Amino acid sequence: MHGNKVLTKLLRLYLGIVFVFVFAPITASLIFSFNSDRFPRIPLGEFSLTWYKQIWENPIVWEAMTNSIVVSLVVCFLSTCLGFCAAYTDFRYRFFGKGAYLGLALLPPTIPLVIMGLAMLAWLSRIGLSGEISSIVIAHTVLCTPFAMAVIRLRLQQMDPNLEAAAWNLGANQWAAMRDIVFPFTRPAIVAALCLTAAVSFDEFAIAWFVSGINKTVPVVILEKLQGTVDPQINAIGTFVFLTSMTLIIIAQILLLSRQKKRLNIS
Amino acid sequence: MEPAFVSVNWTKMYSRDYFWDAYWYTLGLACVSTITTSVIAFPAAFALAFRTSENVRRWMIFFLIIPFFTSYIVRAYAWQVIIAKQGVVNGLFDLVGLGPYTILNTWLGTIIGYLTLTLPLVIILQTISLANVDRSLIEAAYNLGCNRIRTIFVVIMPLAKVGLIIGALFCFILSFGDFVSPYYLGGSKPPTLSILILDTTKSGQQWPRAAVVAVTMIVTLFVIAFAAVSLAYRNRIQP
Repeated sequence: MHGNKVLTKLLRLYLGIVFVFVFAPITASLIFSFNSDRFPRIPLGEFSLTWYKQIWENPIVWEAMTNSIVVSLVVCFLSTCLGFCAAYTDFRYRFFGKGAYLGLALLPPTIPLVIMGLAMLAWLSRIGLSGEISSIVIAHTVLCTPFAMAVIRLRLQQMDPNLEAAAWNLGANQWAAMRDIVFPFTRPAIVAALCLTAAVSFDEFAIAWFVSGINKTVPVVILEKLQGTVDPQINAIGTFVFLTSMTLIIIAQILLLSRQKKRLNIS
Repeated sequence: MEPAFVSVNWTKMYSRDYFWDAYWYTLGLACVSTITTSVIAFPAAFALAFRTSENVRRWMIFFLIIPFFTSYIVRAYAWQVIIAKQGVVNGLFDLVGLGPYTILNTWLGTIIGYLTLTLPLVIILQTISLANVDRSLIEAAYNLGCNRIRTIFVVIMPLAKVGLIIGALFCFILSFGDFVSPYYLGGSKPPTLSILILDTTKSGQQWPRAAVVAVTMIVTLFVIAFAAVSLAYRNRIQP
């Protein structure tokens, strides 16, 4: 099996190259954010925190950061609620036009973001809601709900529909069955949906750019900086946001794992 | 702006050459991106699915999810700096006495941007579908004297067809609608349809015309998505 080993090695090398390509921009932005040169080139300049200091002292960035956090928190809550309801409807009922209902519910992510932004702005300005924080929330909820629904639906598909029926037979009313059977079963998916939708909303720039007006979110600020000259502040903002979201994800992961371990110990 | 039912925006937009130029350019670029991404992703997904242990694969997929938590615009900006004329890539070429090459503001820059956006997703989708292929069927093909390359094309790819096509479809949808890569890495010359939408709304205030472009894009996407899905599920080999 000599050829096989060589092939495996070649494939692993290839995999390595692909990973280098995928991580090149992320690492580069991390390195450039600590680099003193405005136009980074090889060899690199010296270590500096100039760009971080600049964003720290920039009120626009702070305001955008607050907006982004508020928007993504509200959006993740709203779209997970809606997504849960949509997925549960699909799980529990059969009705006329269900295929169309599912198709429509999963449609928004396939529409290009520019078009979503355009349509959202046209619609929201007609009903007098454009340029507010709430308009970003509305637009992002539309975008994120299908993701939440897909994640929760996957989990619900693994659940035995008879479980709920059994609970009703044993005297639980519908709310109690929902609280004690469906909700605990889907909890991992709900947590995942919350994280996913918060991340999507926090990172989304095209729709937010159209509807935000003066209430910008972080990605919109980056996009507008990008239209000017080369500005390494972008790297500093990007790295800061990346490290924050990675920390949150790792904390969430550790919490989930430790809870699983606890549950295993009990049983 | 007064609402009225008129067809003038359609005839105006469809009679312009620049609209059709942008349309074919966008479509071509999205096709090139789809094929490139799928071809680049396949060996990597193959390696992950067949040549790594379960544990390693899980970690690798976790690493491939990380890019989704970094801002796409920041990554595009990083590429802008890396592939610029004075940038890192040309710096490396210079060390071995080559270059400098113009990558930024060409179609190649756009493709690099599209790859950044879609490659991790396509690799994940392909890996999942390849990992679900029944190993005993591959062994059977080897035992019956089928060589490695032929096994890939005749046995593995048809079995993993759904995942491969869905991955390609996602890649197409994302590249077709994206405006960051063609704008910041491709120099927006010629413009793609999404840049056309931005130009007509942000600077020209020509909303109805932008809507014409948008509807054309959505119809194109629906046709392609429908074709891809029916291709994926046609004559599906039941595992």
